[in-house]
Amino acid sequence: MQLFAQDNGVEMADSLRSNGKIYVVVICIVIILVGLLAYLFSIDRRLKKIEKENHISDK
Amino acid sequence: MHKTWWKILGSVLVIYTAIAGLLLHVPRLPILNETIRNLYFHVPMWFSMIVLFSISVFYSIKSLSTKSEIDDMKAVESVNAGIIFGLLGLVTGAIWAKYCWGEFWSFDPKQNFAAISVLLYFAYLILRNAIDEEQKRAKISAIYNIFAFPMMVVLLFVLPRLKDSLHPGNGGNPGFNSYDLDSRMRMVFYPACLGWILIGYWVYTIRFRIRTIENKQQHN
Repeated sequence: MQLFAQDNGVEMADSLRSNGKIYVVVICIVIILVGLLAYLFSIDRRLKKIEKENHISDK
Repeated sequence: MHKTWWKILGSVLVIYTAIAGLLLHVPRLPILNETIRNLYFHVPMWFSMIVLFSISVFYSIKSLSTKSEIDDMKAVESVNAGIIFGLLGLVTGAIWAKYCWGEFWSFDPKQNFAAISVLLYFAYLILRNAIDEEQKRAKISAIYNIFAFPMMVVLLFVLPRLKDSLHPGNGGNPGFNSYDLDSRMRMVFYPACLGWILIGYWVYTIRFRIRTIENKQQHN
């Protein structure tokens, strides 16, 4: 991987990767996404309940 | 639309994209550097928008023959959801442009035409709000939508190709597919597109279901 990283001299975030700090960013993004998606699922569930109360059939 | 499996699939794909998009190999290219990873996040916004607008035009055409209020509601709500993705595409494109082209908005043909195509759909929503009578609103806005859709396609995919644009795939620039034909980027890019399209579709179904309930309560 390190050998590959030096192949053509184009600057990339190699040190961010080699010292593992990139995982901090990945974990934060994943937490935000999981949180938002879980929220979307809970909205969906609540909507299903309201649909049932209003007698709207599943399509 | 009430099934759960595709919502989970969309969520898993989007989360996979965030992880794989930041960690897997990308080609080392000058100017782009690490920002090439934006391909996994910026481009799927536009694909989701186009899918949602396609759904809209489909229901607009359908509503002209069925005269069904439900089809009309589907057409509006998919535009409402699609515009969000269009705006996200514009904003992420501007940020990407700041660091690779030098300006947030350099009046590049691709940026200008993309902005106009989003405005076309704002006009659709304004047109709807301007008409009170329901049948008339459904009919006129469906016809407008049928004109707006091909114009959006031309603005996004035809006109920028004829001008000098900095955007990849336009104005003689190669697209990203020719930079990197290895399958590693595709393994993130395709799931990203599918994932975001599913999430976009999900948002549209939620909006449509809320509107159905509102509509029912208004008629009671």
